[in-house]
Amino acid sequence: MSAVFSKRQSSPTLAILAAALCVCALLVSIQATASDMPEKWELKFGFIKLTDMVPLAVAYEKGFFEDEDLTVTLEAQANWKVLFDRVSSGELDGAHMLAPMPLGTATGALGSTPIITPFTMSYNGAAITVSNEVWAQMRPGVALDGDKPKHPVSAATLKPVLESYAKSGKNLNLGMTFPVGTHNYMLRYWLAAGGINPGLYAPEKGDSSGTVGAQAFLSVVPPPQMVPTMEAGTTAGYCVGEPWNQQAVAKGLGVPVITSEQIWAGGSDKVFGIREDFYTKYPNTTIRTVKALIRASQWLDANNNGNRPEAVKMISRPIYVGADEKVIANSMTGTFEFEKGDRRAIPEFNTFFKEVYGIPYYSDAIWWMTQMRRWGHIAAPQSDNWYMGMAKKAYRPDVYLLAAKELIAEGTMQASDFPDLAQEDFVQAPQASRLDGAVFDALKPNQFIDGFAIGLKGE
Amino acid sequence: MKQTSFMLVADRAIRNLGLPLIGITVFLSVWQFTSGRIDTSLGKFPGPAMVWEQAGGLLQEFRDEKIREVDFHARQEKRNAKLKIQRPDTAIQMRSYSGAPTFPQQIATSLKTVFTGFTLAAVIAIPLGIVIGLSSAVYKAINPIIQLFKPVSPLAWLPLVTIVVSSVYINVIDGMPKSYVTSAFVVMLCCLWPTVINTAVGVTSVSSDWVNVSKVLRLNFFRHIRYIIFPAAVPMIFTGLRLSLSTAWMVLIAAEMLSQNPGLGKFVWDEFQNGNSNSLGRIMVAVLTIGLIGYALDRGMLFLQQHFSWDKQALLR
Repeated sequence: MSAVFSKRQSSPTLAILAAALCVCALLVSIQATASDMPEKWELKFGFIKLTDMVPLAVAYEKGFFEDEDLTVTLEAQANWKVLFDRVSSGELDGAHMLAPMPLGTATGALGSTPIITPFTMSYNGAAITVSNEVWAQMRPGVALDGDKPKHPVSAATLKPVLESYAKSGKNLNLGMTFPVGTHNYMLRYWLAAGGINPGLYAPEKGDSSGTVGAQAFLSVVPPPQMVPTMEAGTTAGYCVGEPWNQQAVAKGLGVPVITSEQIWAGGSDKVFGIREDFYTKYPNTTIRTVKALIRASQWLDANNNGNRPEAVKMISRPIYVGADEKVIANSMTGTFEFEKGDRRAIPEFNTFFKEVYGIPYYSDAIWWMTQMRRWGHIAAPQSDNWYMGMAKKAYRPDVYLLAAKELIAEGTMQASDFPDLAQEDFVQAPQASRLDGAVFDALKPNQFIDGFAIGLKGE
Repeated sequence: MKQTSFMLVADRAIRNLGLPLIGITVFLSVWQFTSGRIDTSLGKFPGPAMVWEQAGGLLQEFRDEKIREVDFHARQEKRNAKLKIQRPDTAIQMRSYSGAPTFPQQIATSLKTVFTGFTLAAVIAIPLGIVIGLSSAVYKAINPIIQLFKPVSPLAWLPLVTIVVSSVYINVIDGMPKSYVTSAFVVMLCCLWPTVINTAVGVTSVSSDWVNVSKVLRLNFFRHIRYIIFPAAVPMIFTGLRLSLSTAWMVLIAAEMLSQNPGLGKFVWDEFQNGNSNSLGRIMVAVLTIGLIGYALDRGMLFLQQHFSWDKQALLR
């Protein structure tokens, strides 16, 4: 090569020829990536019966997976533990996961098989519900706005309940879905913001109960069992995704008190998780899967949520979420019922694409890790840079980027559907929590952690 | 004479058909009556009528799924035709439909799993039972272990089996996913014991006259077992196998619920998780199906027992 292009022989014609060749090569290479066949096309993805699995159902039912030449089977899993283990062992190729799960594998809090996420499946969408009995004791302390409770409701109003439980020698037991999981950290955040200590994890001392110094006791309950468990009196409340909060309202068994966007607006809630070696072994398959999921998310938020009723119908089938259509419709179509009859519009409650695009932001990863540190899942203090390093290990917007570029290149989606991908650093601007006003800056996680009265400190 | 024979037939018809019919009718009306009075958080407990309706719904779902499958193949052919034009060099793959398993498919998976576990158990248990029955020394050595494991519930085995299978069974064979192997193994572990014990009892209680016949004829060890011990113990072996099969069927449902093996157990669990207004009715359909299949399996074993047993006169129930 160097002989051909040596200075002596170079001429304008040659240069033009070389340039043309380059362009051709480039075009060919784009062509090649855009249509590279999947290495593995028969895939099995797991999910938990929650409304935010809907991008998977849409990608399947709308034929987006088929467009990518993938034959996908979707399979409901019994609980998050089963789901996580089956992804780690390779029985599932990928799954609907709790946003902190990949971070758990990166930081060593959860198993030893690295799991990554190239795509965020949903934002916001969790809520905390308490039983009627607990709500009756809380309500006198809740500030009112007219005759309705003023939001956000502080966990400080739980204190009379705690006292009455203490008098009768009972523990306040609350349900969440998985220790290194969205709902656990959300519930802890809410309790601690109201001055109630939910207890620490101390894995370095071999204590993984998460109840060191606890005033309220949290334990794992699979999402679909939340309502029956509260009905049986085993728990007094819980934090979970939909439709299991609206289910409690529909059955008259409990009252949701706060939704997760009040705690952290636009926070990632569920991600699509795969093993890291799945991506290295099957890059085309991974990118094609993400393409299908991006299209599904966009479809869900398109036409100003106009497609949502169709999506609700889709996932009310027994093989997906299976709850009654009207219960699912409550939250998916932008309203949320708190006390019976207290129906409020929360258009951002289940967000999939609008303003967030399904991008696995590093800042989202860091928010979750601040909570993992605060409650002891990250045993030792770490530097701000360490948090960013871990985020980059588990959250992979680079894969998302490849998928988005292919969608634009093949004309399925427009560049205007996405943010300016060339400029994107995947870190969102600092924001304050509506619940307690704590400001989260992804570049200064330790400052955020140190600002909390309850929980471990950053440094 | 004629009259009495007619009376006899009528009497038999009443006994064999009439009485069960009366039993079923009473059961259905008690069911209908009480179900209407049990209010659950998922609505009223399903009565016979609602269960019948849900059974129809499940059948309809099966038909819908068949239509989806046809559509899937049509789309695939279209895609492949397009691919052939665009990229003539790529190998065209014919893919099988990836839809969710329907109720009949779940029944099929359950039957396959139960037979795998049961066959494995029988292959181990019958020889083991014979050895134990023949030698009181072996019996003394093994008995404590049998007594220890016999009462263990499948749910206790399941986590262990799951972990072991997922770390030992690495190269997954097509059509034999890990969850299937896990459930089959749990079934085997739990239904081993009735066959072992009954076979052993059958072997020990072989009449000493027959054993002496064998001695007189100087049969070697294998012929002794083949012509004397085994035929003599067949009724007891089958009693054991029947008990094992019904245990296997019961265990399987529990194992499937937890191991996520797509079968009737998973169907029940998924419906429980769905918690919608039809869930209870659909679970009842599964309960009745499980019962009917269990009954059929037992009758099947009984038929085999009658077929293989040398004593055709023995009363079996």
